Amino acid sequence: MASFIAQSSEYLPILLKGLWLTIAVTVLALCLSTVPGLTWALLRTSGVPALATPTRIFVELVRGIPILVILFYIYFVMPEIGLDLTAFQAGVIGLALTYSCYIGETFRAGIEAVDRGQIEAAKSIGMKRPLMMRRVILPQAFRIVLPPYANNLVMLLKDSSQVSVISVAELTMQGKMLASSTFNNTTIFTLVALLYLCLTIPLNLLMRQLELKLGKAR
Amino acid sequence: MIRFENVHKSFGQHEVLKGIDAEIGKGEVVCLIGPSGSGKSTLLRCVNGLETYQKGRITVGDTVVDAAGRSIHDIRTRVSMVFQRFNLFPNRTALENVMEGPLFVLGERRAEVRARAEALLTRVGLAAKIDAYPNSLSGGQQQRVAIARALAMRPEAILFDEPTSALDPEMVGEVLQVMRSLAEEHMTMLVVTHEIHFAREVADSVLFLDGGTIVERGPAKEVLRHPKHERTQDFLRRVTHPV
Repeated sequence: MASFIAQSSEYLPILLKGLWLTIAVTVLALCLSTVPGLTWALLRTSGVPALATPTRIFVELVRGIPILVILFYIYFVMPEIGLDLTAFQAGVIGLALTYSCYIGETFRAGIEAVDRGQIEAAKSIGMKRPLMMRRVILPQAFRIVLPPYANNLVMLLKDSSQVSVISVAELTMQGKMLASSTFNNTTIFTLVALLYLCLTIPLNLLMRQLELKLGKAR
Repeated sequence: MIRFENVHKSFGQHEVLKGIDAEIGKGEVVCLIGPSGSGKSTLLRCVNGLETYQKGRITVGDTVVDAAGRSIHDIRTRVSMVFQRFNLFPNRTALENVMEGPLFVLGERRAEVRARAEALLTRVGLAAKIDAYPNSLSGGQQQRVAIARALAMRPEAILFDEPTSALDPEMVGEVLQVMRSLAEEHMTMLVVTHEIHFAREVADSVLFLDGGTIVERGPAKEVLRHPKHERTQDFLRRVTHPV
């Protein structure tokens, strides 16, 4: 235990650098996936086949490919068609693309879970679809969606470790490099795991609080 | 005001409306009664395009009801609806529920709409509940807010789809009382209901539906006191003497 603490103080500064990058990748990917995710959901529930069907095919395709393969594709294949991206950019875009589809499905489920009676009430006072979406369906769907959305966020945070395969030096990558140079696998990977938990546990607690608060207002 | 001409509707193979002809005049209160599955709610929901019909014609004023057409939104602002399960917006207060339509659909001025909404809520006896959310209101109170919401659109007619069927018995009266006061002011009302007493006292005429057709029709007192048709007699017997 004493040696764990001693070694930790040596490794932590390096791992913290990785942690910041993990947070950066996660926050950027979340921002870049939420609005597209909402867009996919709105297109898929639009009731217009010309919009819904292509979106559905796109979402199903992306969801059917492992994140690793998508990352490889963006980082190694895109340069061949002239799109040169840094590893960091490719990682953020890959995660954002994948998670826009996951989040899109979450939003879609939320929109579809709004009580039919609400839609009829909105129609019965003459609301057209866009107004109904904005005033009636989405405000209620967001409440329904908050817990699964938070779950997406935690999954995204953990999946950000995948960008290490295209050499983004985030937390997992820093751990791996440290471990291979010091052979101190136990200490380092324990620290890496603990650092992830330092992010995911508060996130989960925060979301539970929010859920309780929203649950009361319902 | 509202006219049905040979209206047919099917759900798949099942024909629920088999040629309905009827007319509701301005200021009239017409009750639709009949056993469940007779098509009365469906008929009502065809008027504001919540259901489509396949044959015949429904007109509101001079406008033909076409659920897929552009004019349907206009019809819905002219003909309000009150639902069995209230369908208030749960994330908005009673006042906001009532203001929603005039403010966001009709685009009226907020101050005016607010004053009108407050007056309407006062009228239905809920002045004290203006800022309450639906989940803190009883069923009867929620339905009265829903009626205020319908009135806030200043409709030419109101459709009531079994407005008291989801209420605890002790709350039925307060909702019927509000509806009675509307009838006294000659609001045009088409009411699907099982409240035979209400129909007898308030309605101008009654349509008895069974199996997708109008079996009997006429002045409310006449049809409900002295039904001519055997199916009407049988239905009324079962509704008024359930045991």
